[in-house]
Parts: sequence; structure tokens; C-alpha cells
Amino acid sequence: MNRYPLWKSLLFAGVMFLALMIALPNLFGQAPALQLSRKDGELFTGTTALTEVAATLSREHLDPDAAFVQGGRILLRFKDVPTQLRARDVIDAAAPDSYAIATTLASRAPDWIRKLGLKPMSLGLDLRGGIYLVYEVDVDGAVKQTLTRLERDYRLALREKKLQYESVEGGAGGVDVVFADVQTAAAAQKVLEGVDSNVTLAASTEGFAIHASLSPAQIKQRQDFAIQQNITALGNRVNALGVSEASVQRQGANRIAVQLPGVQDASEVIRLLGKTATLEVRLVSDAGNAMEAQATGHAPLGTKLYKDRNGRPVLLKRDVVVTGEQLTDATSSYQNGEPAVSVRLDARGGDEMLRTTQENLGKPMGIVFIEKERQLRDQDGQKVAVDVTKEQVISVASIRGVFSSQFQITGLTAREGQELAKLLRAGALAAPVYIVEQRLIGPSLGQDNIDKGIRALEIGSIALFLFMAVYYSLFGVIANFVLLCNVVLLTAFLSLFGAALTLPGIAGIMLTVGMAVDANILIYERIREEIRLGVSPQAAIKAGFEKAFSAIGDANVTTLIAGVVLWSFGTGPIKGFAVVLSVGILTTLFTALMGSRSVIGLFWGSKTAISRLPV
Amino acid sequence: MEFFHSVPRYRFMAVRKICYVISALIIVGSIAAEAIHGLNLAVDFTGGVVIEAAYTGTADLDGTRNALKSAGYSEVTVQNFGSSKDILVRLPPLGEKESPNAVTAKVESALQAVDASVQIRRTEVVGPQVGRELVVKGMQAMAITVLLILLYIAMRFRWKFGVGAVLATLHDPFVVIGVFALTGMTFDLTVLAAVLAVIGYSINETVVVFDRVRELFPVMRTETPEQVFDRAINETLSRTVITKVATLIVVVALYLFGGESLRGFGLALIVGIIAVTYSSMFVASGVALDLGSSHRDLMPSERATPIDDLP
Repeated sequence: MNRYPLWKSLLFAGVMFLALMIALPNLFGQAPALQLSRKDGELFTGTTALTEVAATLSREHLDPDAAFVQGGRILLRFKDVPTQLRARDVIDAAAPDSYAIATTLASRAPDWIRKLGLKPMSLGLDLRGGIYLVYEVDVDGAVKQTLTRLERDYRLALREKKLQYESVEGGAGGVDVVFADVQTAAAAQKVLEGVDSNVTLAASTEGFAIHASLSPAQIKQRQDFAIQQNITALGNRVNALGVSEASVQRQGANRIAVQLPGVQDASEVIRLLGKTATLEVRLVSDAGNAMEAQATGHAPLGTKLYKDRNGRPVLLKRDVVVTGEQLTDATSSYQNGEPAVSVRLDARGGDEMLRTTQENLGKPMGIVFIEKERQLRDQDGQKVAVDVTKEQVISVASIRGVFSSQFQITGLTAREGQELAKLLRAGALAAPVYIVEQRLIGPSLGQDNIDKGIRALEIGSIALFLFMAVYYSLFGVIANFVLLCNVVLLTAFLSLFGAALTLPGIAGIMLTVGMAVDANILIYERIREEIRLGVSPQAAIKAGFEKAFSAIGDANVTTLIAGVVLWSFGTGPIKGFAVVLSVGILTTLFTALMGSRSVIGLFWGSKTAISRLPV
Repeated sequence: MEFFHSVPRYRFMAVRKICYVISALIIVGSIAAEAIHGLNLAVDFTGGVVIEAAYTGTADLDGTRNALKSAGYSEVTVQNFGSSKDILVRLPPLGEKESPNAVTAKVESALQAVDASVQIRRTEVVGPQVGRELVVKGMQAMAITVLLILLYIAMRFRWKFGVGAVLATLHDPFVVIGVFALTGMTFDLTVLAAVLAVIGYSINETVVVFDRVRELFPVMRTETPEQVFDRAINETLSRTVITKVATLIVVVALYLFGGESLRGFGLALIVGIIAVTYSSMFVASGVALDLGSSHRDLMPSERATPIDDLP
């Protein structure tokens, strides 16, 4: 009579089996590990390097608990942090400069789970220690920069056309250009339009002055660009740090949050993130042979020796055509169906480019990417920070036509094009940023937090399970089983989404457990009520589920509303809590309604006569 | 086991006017406590610097204070955190020119002067602008949550129920915040999350009672609305108590064993759950009743029932 449709029971069992598999890696916990990647950014393919590293460690009796290649990187898992750190020093000493070594956490799950591609939830900074930085991008400063550049371009353009002006001044809302007479102003308007056609020009009522202003859309675009530029720049620098699971994300209108798990030296990291990058455009030199210059180490007069991305030598002229300061935008695009990078220069850069391309049509031109990086070097046993400039030719292409402030770089694959646009944007002068929030959580506090959080979860759950079993007897045990299913399903979802587990997240799981049990209580109380009214056990079960349904539904929808609003407004810890709370409500509805009915149907569904229900 | 062997017959609605007075007093008291004691807001909201450190022995609080004062920080609070060895140092927000790194480094060296093997467990530097935004965002989140819930309840029940639910819901955060003002416990981001969770929980509870009211109105045609509300609360009383015990078990475990970082969260929920129990039973139903909820509001549409025209 209360038989639950077989397909629904099977669906529930199937979902739970999948969830159990996905959640399983979380059961094994995580251990300190080292992640080795190749310095040149290439991936490890064979196992030669792995065997080599393992042999090195074995000599020092620092054998890892597990060692394997994953995603082109070597992962070594150790039993504790001291072993992990000693191993790092040993590997570095045995083969200096061959690997980028990052400390990380690796799952203790057995091999077959890893080979299935299943991963545990990553731990948030508050549970594993690390650095959390929030940068604020000075978006107003970015707009001001644009106006300053416009002001300079206007002066240049007017002087070139020999138009006398009284003043060119940038203000809050735009640039004001004042002339001595109306005729000059009228003539100047055309010139100024030519500088940047996107800027709105308005003559004053007397006609002596022209006010150039950016539209709100342009301002917004400029601000977004500034933030995007900084995210790209920070992202590149964070990647260079070699911290695994680091993240750079936009936060709100004008902030960027950087998370660096496991990193402890805040001052060093902040310096490294502040490193600058820029670019230069130079003509390829036809005087001398690049190979020869590389062999002798002497570049011919007036040239400079560079290497391209593949390490091949390139000879460029010493005279710079355009520097990174003159770059205003770079986007990846397509030209005649070929991937390309569209670059925009300011007026000065455009003029220089125009002159150069007119004079050097058909000749090759190179783009040099310059990065200043701070590295730690061992010097007489002491760690010393050294500024290292890395210069690399990222593109050499023939000048196919005359161009000025806008041009395309072609001859790249689509991915290379996107990469180059990103690099150029990152390298260009970005809007000023400053740190508004900086949090550092030590590893011991992280361990404390996770230990206590998990302990509270265990104690709370066991106490709740006992209470339910005592109060509702066998039905209580079923409720406990359903609760366990709920936690497994919730864990599976969070693992699947790649959500990081944080302390508020653990609190959210606990609250979900505490509130999920309400659905079962609603159903059971309803069943007891029906029995009190003298209804038969089978009918009581049926009525219990039916009548409790609307209360469970409405109650959970309203809590879900609170959870979703919390998620959309929250940052950091609040967001983590809100995600768990919201997902928890969905899993609660699924397990309490489908799960409970499946199990109860299994026990009592097909029985015709039940004298008493264990509720 | 069973706490309630039969449906109790308490007359909850008879005392609702007294409950309004109590609720008003609680809200006024909470505001007064916040005005007099002030909320001990964490750096999350005020901006500033927090450094948690562990000494090897019992922490010398006065010595630490003096060391920090001589390092140039006069407005500093130093207190124990969790144990006698652990301390929490708090400094006001940084000026524009100060770099977060320089300040934390200076504090660290001051602490090292007190105990050379001190271990820095956590440092947090938050700009004042971050905190201000958070307060605004928190308020917005609360307002939007309340508005959406009002709409949902008005749609699923009637607007009178929505108003009752929202008034009861607004009442609960006041209780929690009042307790934090009185005890001086730190009100941080996780506590704010707990307060918002209490709002969700409060609505949850109210809905369960309202759901029963909606169910009872059509079957209790002769009774007064007051009797219907009383019966609904009484019939759900067993469930209310059991659910509260279940949730409290978990939340108390969080408070007792979750460590210093989760203590505030646990307390906020414990207080919140108690407040919710009271408000969902007395305030929400009382307001819905006094706004004139009657059979007509929740009767199934008359047109749907066929008229019996047989003799």
C-alpha cells in the first residue's frame, strides 16, 4: 500500500551510489605534498624525471608515501610537514633550477580513486593556512590616466597643425581646450576629432573653448579595462609564484581578491606580486647574423641580441619604436579568418608607428616582452633578493602595410593570440592598485580549526543520532540514515563544484544537519498524529508524507531565499556558508522526501497488516 | 518515546498582547544595549589590524601592551584568546601611508621582545573602506531577504501572514545582536552569517505554523480565528519542541567544541533558535490574527465545490 515506485527507489539508490563515490576521497584526508613542474612551463610526459626524483629522496631516506605524475606535474606526498620541507630542500639541492617546487596538499586516497579522477574538496585558507589579499584598483586613477594621455595628445596634435591654443587642461569630467579666437577653435575641433573620434567634443557658447568629455559608457569601459588588466597581471604573477590552487578573482566593483594557500611569507609575496612588466616594439636589424652574434656574444653596433619564445636568437635595432607606456589596449581578434591580436596605441605611439611603417614597408618588426622579477638567490649562504629583467621576443612579423595607432599582429595560433593579448594587456601600464585587506593564517591555526570543526561536527551528529534513535526508535534510525545520505550528497556536490571547504562551510554543514532533521520530524509527528486519530498504520504513513509535504516545501523555499540572497551579497566566509546552506536545502528536500519514502516503503510498503509502527 | 501524548490545549493567542509588549521591550532593550555597551565589532567591519599569537608560557598581557606602546601603538587592545597562552592584539585602522606589512612586522618584533619564541598564528589587516561596504551590504542583504520572503508568503498564504512572518523575523536578529552587545562578544563576519541564517530559520518555523493554520481553517468552520490559531500552534507544538532540541544539540556542539573561531557563530544560533521559537509561536501568529485573518482568507474557492441541488 505504501510501496514506493521501484524506479524512484532505484533512482535514489543510484544517486546515492554516485554521490558516495564522489564524496569518498574526502574520507581519507589530505597530507602535505610537493608539486614539481618544469621551469619552462612544459609538461612532464614520461616517468624518467619521477624516477630520478624518487631516487634522490630515497638516498636521504625521505621516501614519499606516494609519487606520481598528474596533469603533467610530479606530485610527491609525505607523511608530515617537516619531511615535506626537508624533501623540498633536498630536491632543490640535487638539481638546482630544474624544477619549480610548490608546497601543497594531496589526498591520501588510494590510487584507484585518484585514477578515476575523483578529488576531495580543497581546503580553504582558514583550514590550511595561507595568505589572502584584496587589492583595490584605483579606477578613478585609470580614468584620470586616460584624460592625461588625451591632454598630451591634444597638445601634440594642435602644435603639429600649428594651431595656437591658450590652454589645454584636464579636469574631473574631461579636457578643456581654450583658444584666443573662434576661428582657431573651429579649425581645431576637426583636428581634435581626428585624435580620438570616440571622445565627445562640445564647443562653449562663446565658441572660444572646446570641452572634450568621455561618455559614461567610455568611463565604465575604461574602469573595467583597468580591473581586467590588473587581474591579468596579478594572475600571471601568481602563476609565476608556483603556488598550487592559487586564485585571483574579481570581487565587487573594483577589487581583486588573491588567495595563496600554504604560503606564509607575506612580505615576500607582496613584493613579487608587485613586479612590473612592459613591452617594446623594435625593428629587426638586417646588419649582421643573429646566430653569429649569439655564438660570439657580440651584437653588431646599433643592435641588441634577444631570444624568441623558442630560444632562437633574434637581432633587433637598438632604437625603440614604441614602448609599453604608449599601449592603450590589446585584444585577440580575427583578420581574414586568421587569428590576430589588435593593438591600440596612444597618439604619440601612433605617429611613431606611422613614420616607421612608411619607411620600412615589408621589413620585419619584433615585439619584445619585458618583465622585471624579484628572485631569491643564495649568496654566501644568505638569501638575497635580486631584480631580474627577463626580455623575450614574442613576435616577429613583416610590415605588410602602413599603419599608425591601430594594428594587428598575425601569424599566431588562436591560443597564442589570446595569450599575447593577455600578456600585452598585463604588460601595459595598469591602473594603480593598493592592498585594502590582508589576512595571513598560520598553518597551526589552520590545523586547529579543521580539527575542532570536524570534532564539533562528529560530536554534534552523534548526539543528534542518539536523540533521534531514542525518540523515534526505528523511524529515528531511518531518519539518521537519511541524514547521513544528506551529508554524503552535500559533500559530493561540494566536491563536484570544486568548492573549497572553509570553517563557515563546516558550520553550514552542521546547520544543514540540524535543520534537515526537521523534515523527518515533520513527517513522523504527522504519522503519530494520524495514529492517535485511530488511522491504520499504513494510512498513517501515507497521510504523514502527504500532509507534511506542503510545510516542508514552503519552509525550505523560504530558507533557500535567505541562502541565495546571502550568497549574492556575501564575500569570503559568508559566501562559503551560503553555498553550503543553499545546496544543503536542495539535498535535504531530495533525501528527506525521496530517501525516507524509499526506505520506509522498503520496510513496510508491502506489508498488509502492521499492528504497530516503531515511530 | 513521546513528550506529548495528546495534543495540548494551551491558549497561546490569549497572551499575544502581553507578548507584543515583551517583544517591544526586547527590541528597545537590544537597541539600548547597543547604544550603551556598543557592539564589539570585529575588524571585518571596523577595519584595523588583528594579530593572534601563541606564547610558549602564560601570556604576559601587560608586558605585551607596554611593548606595543613603546613601539608606537597607543590605541592597542591585548587580550587572551581561547587559552592563557594565546593572545589577540588589535590595532585601529591604518592611515593612508602605512603599509600593512610594515605594521605587522613591527608588531611581531614587539611581541618577540616579550617572548622570543612567540608564534604568530594569524594576522589580519582590513582597510576601513572594506568594513563600511560590508555594513551596507549586510543591511541590503537583510532588506532584500525580508522583502522576498514577504512576497513568497503573501503569494503562498495571504499578505496578513506575510506581515506577521516578517515582523517575527525582524524581531529575532534584535535579540541576537542585543545578546552580543550585552556579553561583549566579538561580532564578526561569521556571526553576521549566523544572524542571516536565523532569519531563514525564523521564517522556516513560522511557515510550519501557518501551514497548519491554512489546513485547519476549512475544517474548523464554527470556531473563531483565535481558536484556529491556538489549535494550529498546539498541534505543531510537539514538532516545534523536538526540532528545536535536535537543532540545539548540533549548535551547542558547535559552540562547545568548534573552537574560538566558531564560538560566536554557535552562540548567535543558540540565542537565535530560542528567539525564533518564541517569535514564530506568539508574534507571527498574533500579528496575522490581529490583522484580521479569518476563514474567508484561506477558504478554498467556493466555485470549485459543486452545488448540491437535489431535493
